[in-house]
Amino acid sequence: MSDDILVMHGITKRFAGVTALHDVSLAVQRGEIHAICGENGAGKSTLMKVLSGVHPHGSYEGEIVFEGEPCSFASVRDSERRGIVIIHQELALCGQLSIAENLYLGNERAKRGFIDWNRTNHAAGALLARVGLRENPTTPINELGVGKQQLVEIAKALAKDVKLLILDEPTAALNDDDSAHLLDLLDGLRDEGITSVIISHKLNEVTRISDSITILRDGRTIETLPAGEVSEERIISGMVGRDLENRFPPRTPKVGEEVLRIEDWTVHSPSQPDRVVVHNATLSLRRGEIVGLAGLMGAGRTELAMSVFGRSYGVGVSGRVIKDGREIDTRTVRKAIEHGLAYVSEDRKRYGLNLIEDVKRNVSAAGLDKIAPRGWVNDGEEFSVAEKYRRSMNIKTPNVGTPTSSLSGGNQQKVVLAKWMFTDPDVLILDEPTRGIDVGAKYEIYSIINELADQGRAVLVISSELPELLGLCDRVYALSEGRITGELDRAEATQERLMHHMTQGQTS
Amino acid sequence: MSTELAPAPVAKSAAPQRRFSINLRQSGIYVAFALIVVLFTVLTDGALLTPQNISNIIVQNSYVLILAIGMILVIIGGHIDLSVGSVVALTGAICAVLTVQMGLPWPLAVVITLAAGAVIGAAQGYWVAFFGIPAFIVTLAGMLVFRALTLTVLGNQGIGPFPDQIRTLANGFTEGYLGNVGLGPLGGADLLSLLVGVVVVAVFGFTQWRTRKARLSYGQVVDPFPIFVAKIALAAAVVLAVVVQLARFRNLPWVLVLLAVLALGYSLMANKSVFGRHIYAIGGNLQAATLSGVKVKQVTFWVFVNMGVLAALAGVIFAGRLNQAGPTAGTAFELDAIAAAFIGGAAVQGGVGKVVGAITGGLIMGVINNGMSLIGAQSEQVMLVKGLVLLAAVAYDVWTKRRGRA
Repeated sequence: MSDDILVMHGITKRFAGVTALHDVSLAVQRGEIHAICGENGAGKSTLMKVLSGVHPHGSYEGEIVFEGEPCSFASVRDSERRGIVIIHQELALCGQLSIAENLYLGNERAKRGFIDWNRTNHAAGALLARVGLRENPTTPINELGVGKQQLVEIAKALAKDVKLLILDEPTAALNDDDSAHLLDLLDGLRDEGITSVIISHKLNEVTRISDSITILRDGRTIETLPAGEVSEERIISGMVGRDLENRFPPRTPKVGEEVLRIEDWTVHSPSQPDRVVVHNATLSLRRGEIVGLAGLMGAGRTELAMSVFGRSYGVGVSGRVIKDGREIDTRTVRKAIEHGLAYVSEDRKRYGLNLIEDVKRNVSAAGLDKIAPRGWVNDGEEFSVAEKYRRSMNIKTPNVGTPTSSLSGGNQQKVVLAKWMFTDPDVLILDEPTRGIDVGAKYEIYSIINELADQGRAVLVISSELPELLGLCDRVYALSEGRITGELDRAEATQERLMHHMTQGQTS
Repeated sequence: MSTELAPAPVAKSAAPQRRFSINLRQSGIYVAFALIVVLFTVLTDGALLTPQNISNIIVQNSYVLILAIGMILVIIGGHIDLSVGSVVALTGAICAVLTVQMGLPWPLAVVITLAAGAVIGAAQGYWVAFFGIPAFIVTLAGMLVFRALTLTVLGNQGIGPFPDQIRTLANGFTEGYLGNVGLGPLGGADLLSLLVGVVVVAVFGFTQWRTRKARLSYGQVVDPFPIFVAKIALAAAVVLAVVVQLARFRNLPWVLVLLAVLALGYSLMANKSVFGRHIYAIGGNLQAATLSGVKVKQVTFWVFVNMGVLAALAGVIFAGRLNQAGPTAGTAFELDAIAAAFIGGAAVQGGVGKVVGAITGGLIMGVINNGMSLIGAQSEQVMLVKGLVLLAAVAYDVWTKRRGRA
């Protein structure tokens, strides 16, 4: 208790009548890695925004004591001056600027208003070495992958003399290698005496790296656990307030005959047309079957899916798509939809939803013709369709006239799924269907996927989480560097075997 | 599905408050319009609302309102059109050449002019939709090119006078076929105009009632009955008041009839047609619309074609009103149309806006123009006020949006 670097006590934060945080307390010991877990909407990000001054002092109740002194931050600048740095889920880097420029943005090494480039680049090099990033400081950020950008963010925090580093879902967009590197780095920073607070949905990472775990639920502190002796199931039960003994709903597959076959599918990169992104891939889906597509980041999973779905990605695409024994033309999205294909993107905010519009107009977006005889939309029909899905999928929204921007991630994902269910597809391709979604909502999404398969549809699930693929799918394809390197039945699939196929050709 | 695992939806205590602020945001523009009308009525001792002045406001602003209808669709789609002022000039010139110099019958000339507008819109739409050049650049180029073509066609002088029918369309009034009401409170008002007004109000009330009934039958939430009645009564009162004033002056201006048809047709198109919905979808999220099977390029193309046709219509009316097609016609009209759309609630990033909103925005500027000149303000003062109103309207929109999110 005596060596708490940070104590937040009795924090209550209200937004226009909604209490986001209710008497929340948090104590972080000096030099530890402290994880904060909770479902989406539990108040994790709000708590961190209160701490970092995004929500200024006075807009909340309660007190913050940092290094023994009470704090009243009016802005992010105030908290950064004290050594509290927050790294948001969406990285805040300028793509056109160099690594060094980004590191010292707003914190420039300058003499009389002119930037001292030698000093800047030299100091940047030292910071990059600390985070284990071997790149030239003058390289533009655009040329780095997400994993390396994340490291630049951490180096940027180090440049500000960080004492308490807050990371909001740092590994959400990273592949396993980059995640492992990042977690190792946090371990190293702990040894240097930097305290970290990490928000993460990836419980395996939380149990691996953290020293203690605070669980939030519905805006309240539930408990703080020492990490060493805690199982993932224990954390989950704290987060959801119930035992989730099985993370995947039970299902008895009823697999029928083949409905879709992708043959010799080859795709080239649009930015470098001589680079092959998908190489002679062949896969087959059967009615009532849930098939997984596993692959590391950059393996070509999304590229494969989007190129099949109306050539939404790639150039120089070749190969055949065969549905119910006949070759079909999927060269435009419209044609793909007409042939009974549906693609749910991994990035629902960018590619899935019109956030300005309400739930019902999003649900009807892809199947508008079905409720618009002779080109005129029947509002009432549209309403009742949306209402039907709201009930059957348990979409939590005041009503279907609510803008989708105000829904939580899980409910937004349900809206996207409803949109595609309304087109009544035979084949659904779900790209990372549970990314950024809390545990309870994940279970609901899994149930929906199961039901889709039980209705005789074929579902192709692309996921970075191997346990998800193993728990959900009847069959899993492994993709590595654009090639299908393995196909495993549910019975024979294990994480180790999948990983073996997924890394083929990369190690040898 | 998995209802046993999911907690029941929590009723949000903030719901009523939210609802109110959303309503305020949507209706703010109409409230503002009413306040501006009241303000200038007081400042001008009622001169603003005299029969002749109401008629003037409508006729003087008709072409900007027509442009605003096209512009709001372009803006909802996430684009902009800076060329409409030049297109007004060019199409006016084309119409003048066809009627005055070539002596074509006026209906044929108008149809050819509208077709020319469609070709102009298609040319710009091609570069924006299929070639992928930002509309700002394409239409900036168009602004110069079409003004240049106007000067090529006209030289340095105007062409006129126009046939009577075109002048009537721009400037004229409906005939009083049924005679006038005798003395009394409606003293001298034209019977036909009054009947049209009554019919419009009746049809409006009936369709609103039918929509309400349909919504109720689908279990949707609707306004409480007294509020529903009050809204319709208010709208009916405003329409009838305007019609009575007009009937006492020189009956209904033809452009008002035209505008009413356009406003109704385009409102329906925007809200109810698949095409209209696709414009909103594209402006709201281009990628999501693409991946939902919306033919983004085609829709964008036709939005610009439509803008071209409406600009041509405005061109004919403007030229007919001046009775001459001039080389400087339509200068800065694009700015008035864009301002009308944004005052009327459009969002800069697209995806938001209403046809009726744009028309109201245009009327707000028209009333400010008219009212200020009635009280003897200089043109620079009018410009200043219009600029500040535009800024205030968008600032209000941004403010309510931010408050809604917090």
